[in-house]
Amino acid sequence: MGKIFAVVLVIVALVSAYPIIINKYAMPEDISTHGHMIDDQLHETMWEAGLSFIGAQLVLAFFIWSFTNRKAGSPLKSFPGGAKVMVIAAVVLVGTEILALGVMGQKAWGSVYFTAPKADALQIQAQAGQFAYYFRYPGADGKFGALHPDKIDEGNQNYFGLDPANEVEARDDIVSAELVVPLNREVQLLMHAKDVGHSFYVRELRIQQDFVPGLDLAVHFTATKVGRYEIVCTQLCGLGHYNMKAYLNVMAQPEYDKWMKDQAAAQ
Amino acid sequence: MQETSAPQAHVHAPPEGFIRKYVFSLDHKVIGKQYYALALVAVFIGMGLSWLMRIHLVWPNSRIPGLELLSKVGAPGGVMTPEYYLSLLTMHGTLMVFFVLTNAPFAAFGNYFLPIQIGAEDMAFPRFNMMSFWTTFLAFVVLILAFFIPDGPPIAGWTSYAPLSAVGKDAGPGMQWGASLWGLSIAIFCIASLLGSLNFIATTLDLRAKGMTLMRMPISTWAWFITSCISLLAFAVLLPACILLILDRHAGTSFFIPAGLVISDRLQPHSGGSPLLWQHLFWFFGHPEVYIAILPAMGIVSHILINSMRKPLLSAKVIIYSMMSIGFLSYMVWGHHMFVSGMNPMSSLAFSFPTLTITIPATVMTLIWLGSLYGADIQITSASLFALGFISMFVSGGVSGFFLAQPSIDIYLHGTYFVVGHFHLVMGVAALFGVFAGTYFWFPKMTGRMMNDGWGKIHFFITFIGAYCVFMPFHYLGLVGNVRRYSSFVDDFMGPDLMNLHRFITISALVTGAAQFIFLFNLIYSRFKGTPASDNPWNGTTLEWSMPSPPPWDNFGGKHPIVYHDPYQYGVKGSKGDFVMQDSPEQAISSVD
Repeated sequence: MGKIFAVVLVIVALVSAYPIIINKYAMPEDISTHGHMIDDQLHETMWEAGLSFIGAQLVLAFFIWSFTNRKAGSPLKSFPGGAKVMVIAAVVLVGTEILALGVMGQKAWGSVYFTAPKADALQIQAQAGQFAYYFRYPGADGKFGALHPDKIDEGNQNYFGLDPANEVEARDDIVSAELVVPLNREVQLLMHAKDVGHSFYVRELRIQQDFVPGLDLAVHFTATKVGRYEIVCTQLCGLGHYNMKAYLNVMAQPEYDKWMKDQAAAQ
Repeated sequence: MQETSAPQAHVHAPPEGFIRKYVFSLDHKVIGKQYYALALVAVFIGMGLSWLMRIHLVWPNSRIPGLELLSKVGAPGGVMTPEYYLSLLTMHGTLMVFFVLTNAPFAAFGNYFLPIQIGAEDMAFPRFNMMSFWTTFLAFVVLILAFFIPDGPPIAGWTSYAPLSAVGKDAGPGMQWGASLWGLSIAIFCIASLLGSLNFIATTLDLRAKGMTLMRMPISTWAWFITSCISLLAFAVLLPACILLILDRHAGTSFFIPAGLVISDRLQPHSGGSPLLWQHLFWFFGHPEVYIAILPAMGIVSHILINSMRKPLLSAKVIIYSMMSIGFLSYMVWGHHMFVSGMNPMSSLAFSFPTLTITIPATVMTLIWLGSLYGADIQITSASLFALGFISMFVSGGVSGFFLAQPSIDIYLHGTYFVVGHFHLVMGVAALFGVFAGTYFWFPKMTGRMMNDGWGKIHFFITFIGAYCVFMPFHYLGLVGNVRRYSSFVDDFMGPDLMNLHRFITISALVTGAAQFIFLFNLIYSRFKGTPASDNPWNGTTLEWSMPSPPPWDNFGGKHPIVYHDPYQYGVKGSKGDFVMQDSPEQAISSVD
């Protein structure tokens, strides 16, 4: 019975690792300037975790195979080196791994959170509410009108609660259900939650950030490939959570300028 | 050998009458069984809910027979609504984490065996002990009530993030009364756990038999002791968090709700609160909770492995110190659940380091288990198979933690099925393997009858292979970026490839779940018809094996055991075989090379 288990264990471990080894379920192509650092970090970790996984399962299987149903009278043995070797091995191996990944990971994390966006980064406000996103561009004056939660009126398409009657900055603000950004231009996304917690996740962009009610956050990124990518919510936000999504539309600068002009004309 | 000491007052009198014997019992053994029974009910409900969710995910428009009876609104015509999916998700998580993973490995086995393994007659506070079980039971009833109110169970998930959980009915179905029942249930559960933990700590420190020094306690007892220390601090934080949540919901306070929120077209009458405060309080409990589930399993598995290997571990002390370090570190890592929550990005790095560091004691333990197998004489039983299976699951669930501990990788994997795969393997499956191992191992002591070993092995193989089939593919889905907590997949990227993987998971879950009925049948059948068990069927060394099976109400029959040895004198030349019992004065000379 022990030998059967050992064989099952080896098969299970190898079959589990197989799709990862042949990269069957790959991450979607990265379209950001910082994403390759996250991908490298993930691949590095995959190597280390993968080897530990396979190594440990195979050793476990080998020992189960070798040390069950032994001949009567065969002496019990102790692992040469004893516990000390194990403790030293764990501290040195895992400790080195932690240091290596920690230093490397700090760089990737820092590229998203510790570097300030460039002064000319395009500012766009994103608002998440049950169960839709809206995006706001400051318009020709480069200034956002203030938000007034009491003035939110979805029937009249005043999703943000703007007050154009009294505030001049709000008059030229452009509101869109799609996040349109120019190619290779840094974007700073100012994140505002209307009701409960939501999240902004674009797989290709390697960006995931929660919207926190009462706490306006910002992330910045540069998209490097033209195309339309899904934005999905990853923070449980209520009954329509599964269906809360929008699109990130990356356009070359001339198309972007035209889109912006059309929007301004339509508002 | 035991010694009759001077007559001493019993902790409590022998129970008389049905109610004192079986219902409001003060006997730690009955209370342990009550916890086990409650966990068993909860785990089958929780598993049933996961079946419903898995079926809905891959066949969203299918009618599930009988579902309409559970909720007419939630499943009109037997087809689940998106919000009812979230209700089931919330109830599944809450039942499994609180009523199964906290109750079974810790409260059930700990109650039964901690006093016995240290040579005590009962817990330090038997009445507290009875109260802690019945308070837990009340918490369970309050939670289950949510299924039967018109509003239905809450939809905010087992983590119940504010402000979704704090604003009441505007937040959606189930959030008016269902969410209040949830908060109340968890608050009651916290009180029960606090009572239980105090009792475990007092018992371990005060009631050890003569000669039972701390380092002579079995590893399982150490694990329950360390767990009760963690539990005392963790539930002491969750309790006020739940009280604040209930106040926000019903007393108009704003602990977790900031100003200016417009929910369901209504400007909420709150200001000044912080949603992140809830997350900090919740995860300050929530991460140690993972260790509350897994540490007792580690203890139980070590205890059983040693018995099955017929020789001691390379070092029991190193295992105990590793468990202590894990317990200590478990309080410094809660922020890794919040890397993308908007907390200061500096704190993410601060939380990442201790999280990665926890890998060191975990690796030490794994290597000690593996190294100890070398040169052993492993006895294959249902119990030892589950104990060996635990090591495999613990490794598989552990390595994925290495990804999630790194904030930069978490940017991509947070909120995906990768996380689901990780925590199900490490705290769900691994901890349950500990419970299964403990059940097959201790059942003879608890009932006086053996469980059927053949069925046990069949149960093991289906569960072992099945658990990998269910939870490994979750990691693949996560790598592609498949988001969790969706009631159906409307995303563009969910091509046929990924849906096939989801179908495979659902079918595996149905098969693996069905195999648990083999276990249930074995448990019930063996209780009444199993082969009678001897006092020491596994040739064990610890004190539970030096008393009758099942033990009398006062455990040692009025005698007070004296302990002469470290707990695991295996691989020796003893008068009864290759072991010397803890309470036997004979000398133990090791025969391990």
